Amino acid sequence: MTEVTINGVARQLAADPDMPLLWAIREELGLTGTKFGCGIAQCGACTVHLDGAAVRSCTIPLRVAAGRSVTTIEGLATSDGLHPVQQAWIAEQVPQCGYCQSGQIMSAAALLATKPAPTDADIDAAMRGNICRCGTYARIRRAVKRAAGQEQSDG
Amino acid sequence: MAKSKKPRLGKWTRRGLITAGVLAGGTLVVGIAIRPGHRAPGLRDVVADPGEALLNLWVKIGPDNRATAIVPHAEMGQGVHTALAQMLADELDADWNLVDVEEAPAHAEYANHNLAKGFLFGDAEIPRALVGTVDGVVLKLTQAMDLQITGGSLSVRATGLHGMRVAGAAARQMLAKAAATAWEVPERELVLRNSHIRHEASGRTATYAEFAAAAAQIPPSSKPRLKDSKAFSLIGTSVKRQDVPAKVDGSAAFGIDAQLPDLKTATVRSCPVFGGRVAAVDESAVLRLPGVERVVNLGDAIAVVADGYWHANRGLAALAIEWSTNGRDALDQAGVFTQFDRALAQAEIDDAGDVEVDQGDCEAALAGASRRLEAEYRVPYLAHAAMEPMNCTAWLHDGVCEIWTGTQNPLGARTAAADAIGFEPDNVIVHNAYLGGAFGRRSVHDYVVQAVRVAKAANAPTKLIWSREEDIAQDRYRPAVTSRFRAGLDDRGRPVVWTNLYVDKHEPAEAPRIPYAIDNQRIASMPSPTHVPFGVWRAVDHSQHAFFTESFIDELAVLANADPYRFRHDLLVHKPRHRKVLDAAAEAAGWGVASGPGRGRGIALHESFGSIVAEVVDARVDAGNVRVERVVCAIDAGYAVNPDGLAAQMESGIVYGLTAALYGEISLEKGRVKQSNFHDYPMLRIDEMPEIETVIVNSGGPLGGAGEPGTPPVAPALANAIHNEIGVRIRELPISKHDLNV
Repeated sequence: MTEVTINGVARQLAADPDMPLLWAIREELGLTGTKFGCGIAQCGACTVHLDGAAVRSCTIPLRVAAGRSVTTIEGLATSDGLHPVQQAWIAEQVPQCGYCQSGQIMSAAALLATKPAPTDADIDAAMRGNICRCGTYARIRRAVKRAAGQEQSDG
Repeated sequence: MAKSKKPRLGKWTRRGLITAGVLAGGTLVVGIAIRPGHRAPGLRDVVADPGEALLNLWVKIGPDNRATAIVPHAEMGQGVHTALAQMLADELDADWNLVDVEEAPAHAEYANHNLAKGFLFGDAEIPRALVGTVDGVVLKLTQAMDLQITGGSLSVRATGLHGMRVAGAAARQMLAKAAATAWEVPERELVLRNSHIRHEASGRTATYAEFAAAAAQIPPSSKPRLKDSKAFSLIGTSVKRQDVPAKVDGSAAFGIDAQLPDLKTATVRSCPVFGGRVAAVDESAVLRLPGVERVVNLGDAIAVVADGYWHANRGLAALAIEWSTNGRDALDQAGVFTQFDRALAQAEIDDAGDVEVDQGDCEAALAGASRRLEAEYRVPYLAHAAMEPMNCTAWLHDGVCEIWTGTQNPLGARTAAADAIGFEPDNVIVHNAYLGGAFGRRSVHDYVVQAVRVAKAANAPTKLIWSREEDIAQDRYRPAVTSRFRAGLDDRGRPVVWTNLYVDKHEPAEAPRIPYAIDNQRIASMPSPTHVPFGVWRAVDHSQHAFFTESFIDELAVLANADPYRFRHDLLVHKPRHRKVLDAAAEAAGWGVASGPGRGRGIALHESFGSIVAEVVDARVDAGNVRVERVVCAIDAGYAVNPDGLAAQMESGIVYGLTAALYGEISLEKGRVKQSNFHDYPMLRIDEMPEIETVIVNSGGPLGGAGEPGTPPVAPALANAIHNEIGVRIRELPISKHDLNV
């Protein structure tokens, strides 16, 4: 049994400790908001927070998460409502197909937790691990800035 | 085989098992009556809520006064659910806050009802490449009606214009008639607005819901009066997308998210050499691995069924498979282009080819030209690489087969699944989810066929998930193409002749046509088939040919010592809409004003799927590395239904095209694809994202597409910018192959 705190709740997982965290989250816990994209940490669709840091869950074995805290897209909102990054994503109408957006949002939320006023270079560095085939990058950048409280145009 | 009994779908099936994105409202509406109020007996069980009034095929109104647009197209990111609901709601004069969207299910009854309703689309043609994927039973219907295919950038311009607006207007008329009858007042005295009906003189008001049941009894007109564009209240506005909230909190359900009790997971490897077969497989060692339950030999592929994806994938990796490749493993990428060269050389000798355009006397014009130019261009194969790997969940039970997947053509998926396991199509139920990208890939149903066969063999509900490696290695590829040009200028630098011969024509046939007034033209193609499977890739043949034609016209401008924008502008004498779009892009980009030190600027213009798009690219070449700084895009799609949605599609098409232009290359080695994942098939990332500005030209012309037309012009505009900056002409993509250190 591997004990992991998932979205604030302590869970006992019977899965093989070598199983990638992604599949434990999706198949053992049924939290399907975290996506499978490449399996080799190249696309970022599987991004979750491990003790607050953005990680690619497709290449992190479950045992690495033992005794630690994992947040998935389902755990980002609080009783106060959506996370500011999620609100900004709606305001800027970021998603198209939407498949990569859980990972994008988790990367952005982790960035803002450590750098509340990110520069463009900070955004590039934090977000370049997340591929979007629909090409929503310009809106992602605007939404990160909006979530950071930086002034937005209507564009 | 005997036709088995129609399924009865209990609420547990619909509510408990179907992925949430399919049925946001928890109700499933299948097929609506030919006569109002009537429900086909075979469908009664699946029409969920008797309290809902089905006014006509594509709209129902619930007791809470919410109107639901039933949309026969897949949502793959292009915003079609919102745009189509917007068109319906505008004609219905519905309150946008009271409008929902449901995707129509794949159902022959539904298709037949469409025919009965007579929403005929005289001017909408199904792209030829998609026809083969259409349900044979409804092929004739879909040819006329574009029933359920999402492709060819057709949704808004066919379904929206002829279906959704008509459905909304017809429903509005039925509601007005019902109210007028009940209140005994003339219909013309009623005001319908924001989902309410008001009679000024008597002061009576009612919600649409109050008259919905009565309205459903009134025969709908198939030709109700549509609004003049000046009266639009929703069409032409940037309403927010209906699907966005679910796509920011993880609740949006894609095919891969389907969940069933006791679900098995499978993954698959097809013969890496296309067309090859399994010669031998040793499964003994694999069956001892944890979680692995079964190895299924599909003849041309091997699937491993396990208790989860990770175990299935480990099992597949451990499997020793011997393939029979039938000699197809000799071909590599250089061999493909050599084969194309031979085909073109032979065509030139024989004066052969499938001729698309033949006007004037090209040979005489070439002989008489003051200056001549010849050039050969090439593009490689490309994979789609949608973010969501191919997947399908199948469950055979009680004589039916249910599948959960993401498809651009639910009816085609239904037929493909039925054929694969010997079922009647009526006994296959397709639950279409959100598509995690498609770009043409999800119009072919190889993954659906595999899933139903594996589920049948496993005798259990099974989710088949492809690895990314399988997705890259087993795509249906945008074809590699070689294209040759000859042209001549007269003594004043005007082009007088244009010839183009290329290999491998697919569609649309007009893709290599040019809008420019050049008197002598010959455009022809030669077939040169390989074993690489063809796929429709965003914009289909347009993406290759725009690169060729808009690069070569640029070469002619350079040869004529002319400004590339003015050169094009002057040749658009018979094409006022094209000229206006070209001018709009040039003006917005500040053409003629210096683009800045170290920046090159290029322009390109191309029409596809009824929309005309011009793009101006500013790019920097730094120590051999290309950086795209800015793209200005102008589009004439007739009329922008949702301007922000149209701009988003331009951004999307541009990024898709830039990725292909800069990096996109699928190459053959020993008959198989060399690339395997995002590390060797790279994508544009956020730090390379240019600034993109879209200018919308509402010409009022026929509605054009949005999902595809943004892609074709960007590769030539970028190649032209690179030439403008460093004098290197890119005649082969991707650009990353070229040494630009000059």
